[in-house]
Amino acid sequence: MVGEKIKAESINLNFWYGTVQALKNVNLKIAEKKVTALIGPSGCGKTTFLRCFNRMHDLYPNNRYEGEIFLYPDKVNIVSPHVDPIEIRMRIGMVFQKPNPFPKTIYENIAYGLRVRGINNKKVLDEVVERSLKGAALWDEVKDKLNKLAFELSGGQQQRLCIARALATDPEILLFDEPTSALDPIATGRIEELIEELKEKVTILIVTHNMQQAARISDYTGFMMLGELIEFDTTDKIFTNPSKKLTEDYVTGRFG
Amino acid sequence: MDHQLDQDIERIKNLIVLMEDNVERAIFNAFKSLMERDDALAQKVFELEREINSLDVEIDEDCIKTIALRQPVAGDLRFIITAMKITSDLERIGDLAVNMAERVIELNEEPPLKPYIDLPKVFEIVRLMVRDSLRAFFEKNTDIAYKVIKEDDKVDKLTEQIGNELTLFMIKDPTTINRATKISFLTKYLERIADHAENIARSVIYLVEGKIIRHAHQSKSS
Repeated sequence: MVGEKIKAESINLNFWYGTVQALKNVNLKIAEKKVTALIGPSGCGKTTFLRCFNRMHDLYPNNRYEGEIFLYPDKVNIVSPHVDPIEIRMRIGMVFQKPNPFPKTIYENIAYGLRVRGINNKKVLDEVVERSLKGAALWDEVKDKLNKLAFELSGGQQQRLCIARALATDPEILLFDEPTSALDPIATGRIEELIEELKEKVTILIVTHNMQQAARISDYTGFMMLGELIEFDTTDKIFTNPSKKLTEDYVTGRFG
Repeated sequence: MDHQLDQDIERIKNLIVLMEDNVERAIFNAFKSLMERDDALAQKVFELEREINSLDVEIDEDCIKTIALRQPVAGDLRFIITAMKITSDLERIGDLAVNMAERVIELNEEPPLKPYIDLPKVFEIVRLMVRDSLRAFFEKNTDIAYKVIKEDDKVDKLTEQIGNELTLFMIKDPTTINRATKISFLTKYLERIADHAENIARSVIYLVEGKIIRHAHQSKSS
């Protein structure tokens, strides 16, 4: 990570679902305006780790964080109980595995984040809707039907709508949790291209089961297993010459 | 476990074993035909070379297919890349064996120049370098690979010595020029074969350690 500006960093991060420890001492630096991918077998903790970044775990009782995730430049500790998760979610957006648009129009899906902050000025909203849809490479396809229900869009379009919705608050980091696992290869290609474009403006952290996808789109890759970060390096190193045997076994499909 | 990828790799390994066998026989026959002045044996080298060439193509095609269909990464990817590099070195060794056989047939038309003393020594080192470089590949053994790389210096020294001797011959008796030049070519071919064995050894180091040590003296990192 020589010469990279660090956007966020987890330090000795532990996480418990009740009594079950799901993350063990995870130390990871996330480079600004780069794509960092997390790979690993099911249940390795990669999604748990990702969800810490916008405090998704706060929605359920008995979940417990220990350690820190600093968000720079102001070095706010994302997982501190004194930090308001709503504020964090404005700065760190999330896109899920399955497209989950609100049961509203395309326009309102995007305007929603601003409306809950009390912004109702039509001119401002129009501008944000257009900018976000353009940012998510969806504008040309939907500009004439902004008042249609979001559910009328195809799966790939719905996923890009969710990306546009996440972009509306001008986030510093975007979290992607297997964003293409429910999409066909064409729609997947569009999302991957989009991620490539988005990293000019935002820092991206993505969890993926598809190792080729991690290889194609990320700059850095972390391999996790049983709640631990086993290896973290540049993506080309991980896929050409990983340092740890566990990583080699996983990326070559010789696991277990 | 991706059985298909393992099967592909196994198949490519077996083809390289076949190719190595043909290459070793080609250089052995080429040299033996020189020592025994045996044209028929030299002719066999041409047949072997055709076999080597078709294996080269077959291995390349298999490697390309494996990359396209199985998307190998990490150690598997390095194996496929190394296999492709090694086979092109083996193919070049096959060509050099043919060059040797051609010069031998020409030399056999004239009386022998002198008994060969240093040339068999060079041949023995070169033959073992080829064998060991492939052994290093199959066993993923970098100790053997580094040993092969070191051996190349010996070959360079011996071939220089032979070159000087041949020059003296030619100065003393210009009627030897034709034969001495051909023997000088033979020496050069052996030296080139040693270079290819050294390339193979360097590829093995990439396969095992993931670092490219070719042109190490020129690269920024060294």
